[in-house]
Amino acid sequence: MNHFFAFFLSPFQEFIFMRHALVACFALAIGCAPVGMLLVLRRMSLMGDALSHAVLPGAALGFLVSGLSLYAMTIGGIVVGLTVALLAGAITRLTALREDASFAALYLISLALGVLIISMRGTSVDLIHVLFGTILAVDNPALILVASITTVTLFTMALIYRPLIVECFDPGFLRSVGGYGATMHFIFLVLVVLNLVAGFTALGTLMAVGMLMLPAASANFWAKQFWSASLAAAIIALLSSYTGLLLSYYMNFPSGPSIILVAGICYIFSVIFGRYGSLYSRHKAGNHLTG
Amino acid sequence: MNAITLHNLTLGYERHPAVHHLSGAFEPGSMTAVIGPNGSGKSTLLKGITGILRPLGGRIDRGALTTSQIAYLPQQLEIDQSFPISVLDVIILGLWRNIGIFGGMQHGLWKKAEQALHTVGLDGFENRSISDLSGGQFRRVMFARMLLQDAPVVILDEPFTSIDAQTTLDLLAVIQHWHAEKRTIIAVLHDFNQVRAYFPQTLLMARELVGWGETRQVLTDENLLQSRRMSEAWNESAEVCLEDQA
Repeated sequence: MNHFFAFFLSPFQEFIFMRHALVACFALAIGCAPVGMLLVLRRMSLMGDALSHAVLPGAALGFLVSGLSLYAMTIGGIVVGLTVALLAGAITRLTALREDASFAALYLISLALGVLIISMRGTSVDLIHVLFGTILAVDNPALILVASITTVTLFTMALIYRPLIVECFDPGFLRSVGGYGATMHFIFLVLVVLNLVAGFTALGTLMAVGMLMLPAASANFWAKQFWSASLAAAIIALLSSYTGLLLSYYMNFPSGPSIILVAGICYIFSVIFGRYGSLYSRHKAGNHLTG
Repeated sequence: MNAITLHNLTLGYERHPAVHHLSGAFEPGSMTAVIGPNGSGKSTLLKGITGILRPLGGRIDRGALTTSQIAYLPQQLEIDQSFPISVLDVIILGLWRNIGIFGGMQHGLWKKAEQALHTVGLDGFENRSISDLSGGQFRRVMFARMLLQDAPVVILDEPFTSIDAQTTLDLLAVIQHWHAEKRTIIAVLHDFNQVRAYFPQTLLMARELVGWGETRQVLTDENLLQSRRMSEAWNESAEVCLEDQA
């Protein structure tokens, strides 16, 4: 029994960096779950991906100015992420181009710019740090940043929960009752960018979006209401973070990809065995009901 | 109560008019059927009245009415029916003017919501997910939401498409009830028998106005023939309409 506990707890007991990583991932998991759920519901799953790439030149600029500094990279990421989100939103509303296309166009421009900036200074090792994160080097400031972003996310979500859901469910109706649809959409995009930035300090720009999308996509197979699905997503994300960190500790895998891969396994499991709409639930044997 | 008055109204897309120089008024408390062939601008007109579409020319005078006092049921719902939300949560959106973004549901409001579900014949559906409903049942949910909106003006775009005969009769009863309460009702319909039986006023259009007035005077064979003759297609090389300047 002691061995059992030792296996699951000792890495976090012994090493402070493991504790930091775990707390950061747990905070991320809780914040990302509802935001990811809304992305899935809005059919914006790939826009999360686009935004995560768009954040790169901001982080790169911060990197160029002051090396691997958390603050510079975070501020850069937030500023550029929001600019791309705003520009894409403006293009969608003012022209005939649809949102997915305008996001795709802008993120490609942004990504190219980001890679260019990093290649101007720095080595490929730096690039890998930015792309894949360094979760095992999450220090106190990074921890505070991630926790703050999660707090802001949850409070904001709670505050504008109603219009946010309605904007997503029936935008035409919200417009007709004068419910500030565009404002809600923008606040939501801000939350997406914030969570991606929180994620990239820990998981890297490439992997951050995994924490946002994979648990949310899996949760759809387990719950039929927004709140319960968000809860399911958070649980899946927490589980993936913990298991992923253990995996990376014992197997010496990089932590970001380990966590996301565990989330990926949860996703595949949900696709096959989930309660609603999964392969199993669609084909399971069983006599039909009376009504 | 204010009339909705159209002054030489032109509505359209990319400068091509779908509604051309339309003038007239929907009197308060009137119940008007809007009819015309496909592509004659009926839905466009409704979008103009609700304020979704800006006029290309002319104007719409809504008096003291604000657009949020107009309840509108579009022909094509922008709604994804697989959205994880319950029937009750959808219909209480109709109470938005009472509860807004932060307000809570008072006891009396829950009662109202239940009554609305009863009126559209969906007792016991409160906690069902909308993804479990049939298309017709979902339309009824939309009607229940409109009931709760309690709006002085109700605009319906082909409300009975994909709804069975009995439900159509039930919903027509709801509409007649609204009419008795002196609400202004504007509905796009294709069933002339329905129009004759229920709607005192009719607006027949084919991009331009063909007839507007009492149903039996507007809904004549001659008028219908005329409306069918008007062309549906855009003229790509159409010239700028000079009627406004004249």
